[in-house]
Amino acid sequence: MSLTAADVKKIAHLARLNMSDTDVEVYSKQLSSILEFVEQMNKADTTGIEPLAHSIEIAAPMRDDQVSETNQRAAFQAIAPQVEAGLYLVPKVIEGE
Amino acid sequence: MINKTIAELSKELHAKKISSVELTQQFLDRIKKLDKNLNSFITLTEDHALADAKKADAQIAKGATTPLTGIPFAHKDIFCTQGIKTSCGSKMLDPYISPYDATVVTRLKDAGTVLLGKTNMDEFAMGSSNENSFYGPVKNPWDLERVPGGSSGGSAAAVAARLTPGATGTDTGGSIRQPAALCGVSGLKPTYGRVSRYGMIAFASSLDQGGPLAKSAEDLAILLNAMAGHDERDSTSVDMAVPDFTATLNDSIRGLRIGLPKEYFDEGLDKNVAIAIQNAIKEYEKLGATIHDIHLPSSALSIPAYYVLAPAECSSNLARFDGVRYGHRCKDPKDLEDLYKRSRSEGFGSEVTRRIMIGTYALSAGYYDAYYLKAQKIRGLIREDFINAFKKVDVIMGPTSPTPAFKLGEKVSDPISMYLSDIYTIAVNLAGLPGMSIPAGFANDLPVGLHLVGNFFEEVRLLNVAHHYQKVTDWHTRSPKGF
Amino acid sequence: MEWETVIGLEIHAQLLTKSKIFSGASTAFGAEPNTQACAVDLGFPGILPVLNKEVVHMAIKFGLGVGAEIAAKSVFARKNYFYPDLPKGYQISQYELPIVGKGHLDVQLEDGTMKRINITRAHLEEDAGKSLHEDFHGLSGIDLNRAGTPLLEIVSEPDMRSAKEAVAYLKSIHSLVRYLEICDGNMQEGSFRCDANVSVRRKGDSKYGTRTELKNINSFRYVEKAINYEIERQIALIESGGKVTQETRLFDPAKNETRPMRSKEEANDYRYFPDPDLLPVAVTEEMIKTIRDELPELPHQKRQRFMEQYGLSAYDADVLVSSRALAAYFETVVEESGASAKLATNWIMGDLSAALNKENLEITESPVTTAQLAKLLQRIEDDTISGKIAKTVFEALWNKEGDVDHIIEKHGLKQVTDSSAIEKLVEKIIADNPEQVTDYRSGKDKLFGYFVGQAMKASGGKINPQQLNELLKKKLSA
Repeated sequence: MSLTAADVKKIAHLARLNMSDTDVEVYSKQLSSILEFVEQMNKADTTGIEPLAHSIEIAAPMRDDQVSETNQRAAFQAIAPQVEAGLYLVPKVIEGE
Repeated sequence: MINKTIAELSKELHAKKISSVELTQQFLDRIKKLDKNLNSFITLTEDHALADAKKADAQIAKGATTPLTGIPFAHKDIFCTQGIKTSCGSKMLDPYISPYDATVVTRLKDAGTVLLGKTNMDEFAMGSSNENSFYGPVKNPWDLERVPGGSSGGSAAAVAARLTPGATGTDTGGSIRQPAALCGVSGLKPTYGRVSRYGMIAFASSLDQGGPLAKSAEDLAILLNAMAGHDERDSTSVDMAVPDFTATLNDSIRGLRIGLPKEYFDEGLDKNVAIAIQNAIKEYEKLGATIHDIHLPSSALSIPAYYVLAPAECSSNLARFDGVRYGHRCKDPKDLEDLYKRSRSEGFGSEVTRRIMIGTYALSAGYYDAYYLKAQKIRGLIREDFINAFKKVDVIMGPTSPTPAFKLGEKVSDPISMYLSDIYTIAVNLAGLPGMSIPAGFANDLPVGLHLVGNFFEEVRLLNVAHHYQKVTDWHTRSPKGF
Repeated sequence: MEWETVIGLEIHAQLLTKSKIFSGASTAFGAEPNTQACAVDLGFPGILPVLNKEVVHMAIKFGLGVGAEIAAKSVFARKNYFYPDLPKGYQISQYELPIVGKGHLDVQLEDGTMKRINITRAHLEEDAGKSLHEDFHGLSGIDLNRAGTPLLEIVSEPDMRSAKEAVAYLKSIHSLVRYLEICDGNMQEGSFRCDANVSVRRKGDSKYGTRTELKNINSFRYVEKAINYEIERQIALIESGGKVTQETRLFDPAKNETRPMRSKEEANDYRYFPDPDLLPVAVTEEMIKTIRDELPELPHQKRQRFMEQYGLSAYDADVLVSSRALAAYFETVVEESGASAKLATNWIMGDLSAALNKENLEITESPVTTAQLAKLLQRIEDDTISGKIAKTVFEALWNKEGDVDHIIEKHGLKQVTDSSAIEKLVEKIIADNPEQVTDYRSGKDKLFGYFVGQAMKASGGKINPQQLNELLKKKLSA
């Protein structure tokens, strides 16, 4: 699979990464060669094989419905880039965006 | 003192031949003097360390101790430490002070360890050479022109250089075992689910596992005793009894069945590494083990499958770094998209960016089945291979890494050749098995690691098998010149 | 041209748990911003989700309530997109393997007929936080208290053919989740929300038209208005030669119109994959059995029983079972009073409902207790008071003036049934109105009502009406 510049730009946008034109060129080469490399997977016949998401075969543990957390806003927001009135601030969110 | 193992230091401390404060000071002095050349620490926590050491000395005076009370120790900078910078080797988290402790950190603190500092690593644990750190590469203490391996390169180099008796690491595709091998120390990646991942910054959640690095298998057993066990805050932590890993270290290994996978001794393997491994196997034969050829036919596909699955998970795990709640935020974002894109692009290095891109692509509409699902199926095949192999043998052995430590810069521009340095370790993560690397001689004056793989939750056996080797060899006691 | 409307609903019911779906933070509504967002909800590095057991139980309850298959194994997946109210950059939801599979609900339509609406699936997911749009020097504020609140998303088949049907179905689900006590149904606070997928096609066509998704419809009335607006818009568009675009549209209640939303992510490529931090959820037969055994009587079962046991009309039964508390109120009143179910129904659906609505109270907040209303009905049935006087007593009860007999006593509302007393009064009225009596006797029958009115006025409405009628007729024709 060879990635075009447009592909790289689209992926970068999905991942919210900036890409200069030079970056796009470098990444399209590197990513294409990595994809070509991983496509060795196609050598394996996986018909009828179940995809494996986890190596352990147990079910999700569940906790009781109890409030165990206390308000730690001050500590959490002490390391935040920008807060005011207890809110995290970001550039204007346009409604329905 | 600095050359002693944790087990030995514990005896000295308990016999009050040295105080924890004195011992801690020795290591702090060494770090300050020697780490300039190595760059194995990102943060030195001198004040913390001396306070911890004082507390430990009081505990020892009271007699309320564990084998780790007063032992100086270091955490890979991927483990969250409350009130202490936790950078994960990234500019993204350069300003990040964790508001909480990882479970592993709490457990080792409760066991009485003294925190010297946080060790350097490849950014977000992505790398095999430690050249991907925002804080600069770590040097291999055996040859300062060479890499220590990665991503737990700082931990491995620090243990090898006697800057700390032990350290934590994390292993997603070999990140404990490969640097342990390249730096000539012992490292253990436990079975997936054995050690809590809570507070361990995620790279690829279904593969990541924390474990210890130290000089000897005995030390690893002592450390694993403190680290292992169920944690209700980690849904993938397994709720099962944890044995005393030190209790069975000396059990006989007569009749042990060792499997040698044909695939691990192929043409990619350095000749001198091969010789060292063969000598180690002979040692085991002398100890009464039997050798069996086995096949792991799907292991050849472990790297391709891994470089789909791990990037896919990381592309999602690293989406939380958006400049809103913590971490790096770009200056004067003009809108929301600019905030995201610039904060992330400024915060992430090139290998992390590459993997996020690959993972995003592999999960995107139209490609999911061909990449992600295919890789999961291959993961299933790889696990089957191991399950079948363990019907015939007790442990699997081979080289940890195909070559000894390579030169800094040698593989930086060729991602795939870098990926191939984990060729023997990655399948173990995909299968979720425990694996170890222990020093097994030298190739071209550089350490060689023997790779041991056990069945699910059989860390006890791995440690027992490794300990016997270390009783009859002294590779693990060798230290690099100048350190 | 005849058009047919096709509607499917996606309902988000916030589950009534104390803590969040994957963390131990409180779900209480209305706290100070970000005081109920813990490290898990904020997506701090290294944190991990742990599933709340109650959330799973509630989903199973719902599944059983709509006759659905409960998945033995369901899987949480990540839906990846960037948005400031989504701290981790992904929402944990269920995608390929939801916990509740195909089910159905029989819904009563306005004309009394029943219609089966099929349910495609219901799955668990976490809610996002909120962006506050007031201005902070040109910036927006993010409150993540709501992040991680458990939601059950209930997806219907496109089985509804009008806005009214959609509302009837929505009301039935609303009633069901409240019966099951898994959701408080509060639409103002957003704990019960709905998106509608609407399309139109020419009658007889087998293929669906292009649909639009309507968002932000947070009341039953808005659902109907938004859908009706959208149907008209789509028909007008097609009839004028245009084409419907598949898009998400926001309903604006102030302007009573829908308008296109800016798309959240151009390609909408959410890159779903199984969440590696969470293992598959296993539901055992025993779990299902335990929950099934504890299920309350469901609205449709209760409706059927009310019609059979109390002889209620379908309409009355439907109104009374709409909430579990109202149905219980009704049954208690009937049982305590021994009065006819019809009388109890009339009072509950009449005066009581009107008074509650006026003051915006729930049945559970009624100032008139079941015991008080029961006593009132008894006093009507034993002729102590007339139905009309009962309204006065009811008002006094509402104003907390004491119990029924005390009020009747205090205000002297007891009905006059002593025939000699009534006779005296009738004779006085005949004597006082000689002209009217003459007119009546000469054939002006209509004047009968005049005499009744005079008598009632003189007695303060306390005369037994039947007795009065009989005596008046007798005396006037004498």
